[in-house]
Amino acid sequence: MIRYAYIIPLLPLASFFINIAVGKRLPRKGDWLCLATILAGLVMSVGIFLEVFQAYDPNFKYHVVTPWLTVADRFTINAGILVDNLTAVMLLVVTGVSTLVHLFSIGYMHGDPRYSRYFAYLSIFSFSMLGLVLSESFFFIFIFWELVGLSSYLLIGFWFEKKSASDAGKKAFITTHIGDVGFLIGNMIIFVTCGVFGFDEVFQAIGQGKLSGTLLTIAGIGVFCGAIGKSAQFPLHVWLPDAMEGPTPVSALIHAATMVAAGVYLVGRVYPMFTPDAFLFIAYIGFITLFIAATIALTQNDIKKVLAYSTVSQLGYMIMGLGVGGYTAGLAHLATHAAFKACLFLGSGSVIHALHTQDLREMGGLRKKMPITFVTFLIATLAIAGVPGFSGFFSKDMILAAALEFGMRNPAHYVLFFGALFTAGMTAFYMFRLVIMAFLGEPKDHHKFDHAHESPPNMWVPLVVLAIFSFSFWFKSPFVEKGWVQTLITKPATVADVVKAPVATASMEHAAVMTGEATHAAAPAEGGGHGAVPAAHGEKAGAPAHAGAGEHDAHLAHMAHSYAMYSSVAVGTLGIFLGFVVYFFGWIDPARVANSVKPLYNFLLNKWYFDELYDATVINGSIAFSKFLAWFDLHVVDGLVNLAAQLGIFVSFLVGKFDDYVVDGAVNGLASATTGSGSLLRRMQTGKLYHYVFVLAGGALVIFLIKAF
Amino acid sequence: MTLDKLLVIAAALFCCGLYTVMTRRNAVAVLMGVELILNATNINFVAFSFFLNRMMGGQIFAVFVIVLAAAEAAVALAIFLRMFSTTGTVEVDAADELKG
Amino acid sequence: MSGPAEYIFFAAAAMTVGAAILVAILPNILYAAVALLFSFAGVAGLYVLLSADFLAATQILVYVGGIIVLLLFAVFLSNRISDTKITNPTHFRLPAATICLVLFGVLSYAAVSTPYAVKKGVYLPTAADIGELLMTRYLLPFEVASVLLLAALIGAALLSRPDRPAPEKGDMEEGKR
Repeated sequence: MIRYAYIIPLLPLASFFINIAVGKRLPRKGDWLCLATILAGLVMSVGIFLEVFQAYDPNFKYHVVTPWLTVADRFTINAGILVDNLTAVMLLVVTGVSTLVHLFSIGYMHGDPRYSRYFAYLSIFSFSMLGLVLSESFFFIFIFWELVGLSSYLLIGFWFEKKSASDAGKKAFITTHIGDVGFLIGNMIIFVTCGVFGFDEVFQAIGQGKLSGTLLTIAGIGVFCGAIGKSAQFPLHVWLPDAMEGPTPVSALIHAATMVAAGVYLVGRVYPMFTPDAFLFIAYIGFITLFIAATIALTQNDIKKVLAYSTVSQLGYMIMGLGVGGYTAGLAHLATHAAFKACLFLGSGSVIHALHTQDLREMGGLRKKMPITFVTFLIATLAIAGVPGFSGFFSKDMILAAALEFGMRNPAHYVLFFGALFTAGMTAFYMFRLVIMAFLGEPKDHHKFDHAHESPPNMWVPLVVLAIFSFSFWFKSPFVEKGWVQTLITKPATVADVVKAPVATASMEHAAVMTGEATHAAAPAEGGGHGAVPAAHGEKAGAPAHAGAGEHDAHLAHMAHSYAMYSSVAVGTLGIFLGFVVYFFGWIDPARVANSVKPLYNFLLNKWYFDELYDATVINGSIAFSKFLAWFDLHVVDGLVNLAAQLGIFVSFLVGKFDDYVVDGAVNGLASATTGSGSLLRRMQTGKLYHYVFVLAGGALVIFLIKAF
Repeated sequence: MTLDKLLVIAAALFCCGLYTVMTRRNAVAVLMGVELILNATNINFVAFSFFLNRMMGGQIFAVFVIVLAAAEAAVALAIFLRMFSTTGTVEVDAADELKG
Repeated sequence: MSGPAEYIFFAAAAMTVGAAILVAILPNILYAAVALLFSFAGVAGLYVLLSADFLAATQILVYVGGIIVLLLFAVFLSNRISDTKITNPTHFRLPAATICLVLFGVLSYAAVSTPYAVKKGVYLPTAADIGELLMTRYLLPFEVASVLLLAALIGAALLSRPDRPAPEKGDMEEGKR
């Protein structure tokens, strides 16, 4: 099965071409075709996953390449696929969510005038995403990266008649491409220094020291910039909430499982190349994102906006988890989040479909009208809130543990853990605010409430499936120490700064001894910490000198894990409790709270004024620059052009005169000269034989005379 | 009898032929001039052949010239007859159809 | 070479050139033709002195016996029999004479002043050699010349035919039948 992995992305591509060409003429406008192809992909992905799972090998890797583009003997770009444990999981996530979204869309998009085109777009999106997941080189991942950007643009702006939708599409496209420029720069640096594109080859080249030091950090951050754009990290997160203008299933597909996950996946895929400095950068970007997004989500009243900001916040968690060294944690959260966030989005889609409004203030009491939606939504909410027994608890707990471990090693960065912990509480709060406002309590808009109804089966079945996957036992049985996720998705050995590793290990020991003391020495130590982790793991048995360090490391991890678990449960419970207090029982009036901290509330309500800030700086800046350029164009460039034009006219005038008198004169003169000489010469053609003889003899004579004398 | 004497005789013959061709208006007389010129060349061929390389080449060439002269005379006679029956004269002035 | 042969040479040369001059200047075309006959005969004499016996015989046969007769025919056929005074009008005598004399001077000068590597001439019969050469080395020109003669024969016959009347319908029908 795994040998045919390349077929998985090709199936949706084929259905895209068929649907875009003849979709309208197919029965049912071709939706079954797209569904069938992605379902086939899902089946194949399950097969691949089972194969991988049977192997149960952390180092499992299936990697084939074939030369694709050869430029003389300069370089070769390979095409190929790479399937390892991470890829297998991602394939499952992408095809699974995509299948459910297809299924959901059949109901949700029913009757849309561009129904078949919508499914074609879904197919091209699935193709791009699956291709991205299967890529084995920076070159191809960039190609599919851009394809994902394009297809998401098409999907977000699908209802382009609505100005907000087309604006959102453009915003998403442009904003993500700001990050893509960084990605491109990173790729260029990598290619120029290493001369190869394949992940393994690049890592090998970095291990050989072809790319190191600051340049490697810059390359890493450049590649990460792509992730910032696609995964909606600060400061490029502004596109994602606006992208909710697209159809809700698209939101679920793009913003839950796939496109935004692409950035996280990319970071996970190129994990070995990041330097400690790059990791620190990643961690802080993730941290800022998760905090900002959560605070904004507290105040939003649009159901999809809340979910959008919660998505941004969860993506921040993933990125931060990867940044602090929790490789498994970040990617596990990617998988669990895909399930429960897709469930939330589709659930909100179900609500919107029923009520035709997105405003939370017009909802309420839907529990009775839409029981299935409510239950599944509640399960997903419990998962995101980090309640034990649900998948979100499992993965978020791992991230918090990783952050705490990182903080313990490097006390200067404890803020990461505490901020994330606080945000976990906020997450629980705002998610329960959402659930309570929408499903519990009394209906606020009776007119809409009366028309509400449960969605048809093809819409609630995906919800149920996704809700089932929001339980944690899928990822880790409660009876074992380590689930399959922890076993199979293990942190790859970093290749960056391998030279530094021993030094780093030493300084880590040093830092571990002096835990709690924030010294300047800790700054390089935190850098070394990352490089040291795989080294310590690898040398556990071999090097007795480091055995103590390794033991200490394990102990530290265990301790961090326990602390993180207890504290996150406590904070989550507190958040849920607060949610009920404020919105269910009404012991605290949210309006009064908002009034008492009015500036802060407005600040959050307006999303930290990011859009306004960008308006004021980037957009107005570019407008002003454009105006300046326009002025420059109008006065300087046009002046030059007009001057040149005047000159040209003058020269043309001269040339015209020249033409009239000199050239035409020459031509006419030549003609009349020809005519004249012709009429002159024709007199020589007398037809009289003796004339010719005279000329002949005279000519011969002349020649003889000339030759003789 | 030396080579240069023969060449001078040939030159004299040639000039007489040329003069005939140039001055006569009767086509038959012009043809006579042409025959004189041909004989002048023949004398040259044979003289060179006799005095310079003693090969038969010159004489053979002279034979061919005679053959050509005979053919030419035959065709020319036919043309004269045609011309006479058409224009009523054989004066070369009458044959100026090629006048430009 | 000296003695009688030299005298014969001068006699032949004088006859050739003198007759040629007569051809050039005699007003009567019949007289000119007769003068031409003598000139050709003189050339034949020169050929004999140049050890070209076959050529001399050919000269007599073809020129004197053939071409002169043809020319006389031409004279007779192209002038009305009743026209008793067969004239041979001339023009441009002075410029033509000038050109010819100057040309003669130049050619003579060139012939006299050029230092030829003259070898001693030998007298041998040539008819056999010429015949053999015509059948071996010069076979192709020989055959070409024969074709040329045939073409000239046909051409002359074609040209001298009386005008055929324009083809009529009856002829075409006859041809069909």
